[in-house]
Amino acid sequence: MGGREATMVLLDENGIRCDGRKVDETRKITIKAGVLKNADGSAYIEFGDNKILVGIFGPRDVHPKHMSDTDTGILRVRYHMEPFSVTERKNPAPSRREIEISKVIKEALEPAVMLEKFPRTAVDVFIEVLQADGGSRCAALSAASVALADAGIPMRDMVAACASGKVADTIVLDVNNEEDQAGQADMPIGYMPNLKKITLLQLDGILTPDEFKKCVEVGINGCKIVYELQKKALTDKYFGNGID
Amino acid sequence: MENKRKYVVPGDVITSGPFRPEQNVVLEGNKIISTTVGISEIYDDSVRVLSLTGKYIPKIDDLVIGKVLSHTSLSWELDINSCYVGFLPAQDVFGRDFSAHADELSSKLKTGDLVAARIANFDRTRDPLVTISDRDLGKIDSGALVEISPSKVPRLIGKRGTMIQTIEIATNAAITIGQNGWVVVSCESTEGLLKAKKAIKMVDEKAHIANLTDQVKEMLESKSES
Repeated sequence: MGGREATMVLLDENGIRCDGRKVDETRKITIKAGVLKNADGSAYIEFGDNKILVGIFGPRDVHPKHMSDTDTGILRVRYHMEPFSVTERKNPAPSRREIEISKVIKEALEPAVMLEKFPRTAVDVFIEVLQADGGSRCAALSAASVALADAGIPMRDMVAACASGKVADTIVLDVNNEEDQAGQADMPIGYMPNLKKITLLQLDGILTPDEFKKCVEVGINGCKIVYELQKKALTDKYFGNGID
Repeated sequence: MENKRKYVVPGDVITSGPFRPEQNVVLEGNKIISTTVGISEIYDDSVRVLSLTGKYIPKIDDLVIGKVLSHTSLSWELDINSCYVGFLPAQDVFGRDFSAHADELSSKLKTGDLVAARIANFDRTRDPLVTISDRDLGKIDSGALVEISPSKVPRLIGKRGTMIQTIEIATNAAITIGQNGWVVVSCESTEGLLKAKKAIKMVDEKAHIANLTDQVKEMLESKSES
């Protein structure tokens, strides 16, 4: 992305971004675990203007049967945007973009979940984007990981996700919609904070090798901020009232 | 000897050192990591996490309550509130001289019947094999089914069965707890039945609270006075 003609000031001389944040600041994030009664596990995240709901079913029987694997369980992820999640009505049928995001989120969660404990079963992850802003895949991945923990699926680590990018020749944390449209690069990162492993890394734009390193570093710091909030969401639900 | 109990979420490092990883933990390098939301316990040589969520995963020798889903001419299939269906072979009920021609399975167990069963065999290659040929096992004729979260079954039983004894004595009910989170309550009096059900639901909701046994006792007693 060469970046579109910027009509707004993305970064002023004081290092303040278009929405008033500093370069190393995330948007406001709130996560809540266990918001749905009928799903085995669930989570709700607000990540800036993103509003995303995740429901988990499983481990359960695989239908159609031929998809099941006798060695391990399988993970199925559906990322879906509501027709009202964007300014112009979105066709509810899965688009190219949604299919891609479903796939990358699935692959970002797979290293964390220990599905080999449940052969011949499936864990279904349903992600509904109620309101979309920039960086919805990161928000969705973070929420999905909380929902999986809520469902009691064994996991080696949580997966926290946050994007970093390049805006007005500066590496910034947590790119929002405007910066994504007009900025120079956008890099979503999924990270397992305790195992110190990256499970998702995409890059849209051009970075020099040095910028790339800086960008990953900044992104991982963002993931650590998200991780603390994920932990808080689970702690609040399970250990909120009454201390042993 | 003092076991340090701690609240953990997946990925939390519980301890490092020469411990044996038990339930719900993995060894990653020399660190022991929790794989679930729960309470960690460190013993002399082992570490485990008591999970607070999750579905029932069959374990050999577990007592479970099953619901008959269907049958073929050779076996029944039981819903055991798990991701796997329980497999109950006809020989288990009819004995060695079972004949698929002569014996009709639905004469013994019909679809929808509840049975108390034991997991006879289970490994990752096959669905769990259950048996009802043992004392106290078999078809359940009367009682009410209460569903609780399988992860809270140990809490309902309590330390050496204190919790369940408290409820049974106070309500005069007979309670059968399946490890899969299904509980059958039978009681002569309707009042006792309702109270026992209420107590079980209370344990399910407040499982993480300390001295819950006392609270349950209080609830049971306060009602009996009124």
